[in-house]
Amino acid sequence: MPGNPALTEATYYILLSLHKPRHGYGIMQQTEELSGGRVRLAAGTLYGALNTLCDKGWIVLKTVDEDNRRKEYQLTDKGREILINEVKRLKELARNGEMILGEEL
Amino acid sequence: MERKTITKWFWVWQFEDEEKWLNEMAASGWVLESVGFCRYTFVRCEPGAYTVRTEMRPYDEQYVRFMEETGAEYVGRMMMWIYFRKKTEDGVFDLYSDIDSRISHLDRIGKVLLAIGGANLLIGVVNSFNPGARVGWVNLLCATLLMYGLGRIHGKKEALEKERELHE
Repeated sequence: MPGNPALTEATYYILLSLHKPRHGYGIMQQTEELSGGRVRLAAGTLYGALNTLCDKGWIVLKTVDEDNRRKEYQLTDKGREILINEVKRLKELARNGEMILGEEL
Repeated sequence: MERKTITKWFWVWQFEDEEKWLNEMAASGWVLESVGFCRYTFVRCEPGAYTVRTEMRPYDEQYVRFMEETGAEYVGRMMMWIYFRKKTEDGVFDLYSDIDSRISHLDRIGKVLLAIGGANLLIGVVNSFNPGARVGWVNLLCATLLMYGLGRIHGKKEALEKERELHE
């Protein structure tokens, strides 16, 4: 596929949250905070997305503490690259919107 | 603690109605405590203190632990349906927050209906040609009902897919 297919909002915010390693609930909180409460990830949606992202190799799962079996997710180099390309794509969208609707915004 | 058990039947395509009913019970001061076959046991709670959610998902211990980490409480499971509740003071509680994951939930339900419906159809047809077995029609009836359920689930899925054409 030419260029980069657009990421969903959920994928975008999950990858962005994992700029720093976090566990599942941490990703939900970070996403809500970053988006000013606009984007909320429900646990079932997040769980499915995390498994898919792990399968794709965009993030990895690390067991932090064997005792409480708490797991943290971390962005991989591939994931970081995809995130950077997405930010570029979003910039283009915003730039064109501003160029055409500039005065109305 | 005051408890009560209610026997109630929901068809598989009525899972949203079931969830709505469970939340109406919670709003009136009865929160789901355990589930059985068509049996729901409730315990007294502050009216509106809980949100209850249900979904079809093969049992996955990792998933239950993940949910618990986010503050949800595992209530129980019946067949492939799993029930959670969460205190309303701990925030909004939903299982799915985008169209894609709602569609994949419906796909999971559809696959199970298709598998059970297909098996019943096969058994029904085989039994109909077997003069010794007289219960083939029961399987055919089951198959018809399950296929009807599949149609209802498919209808819900189509509505979501239409919505997805415009936004996630």
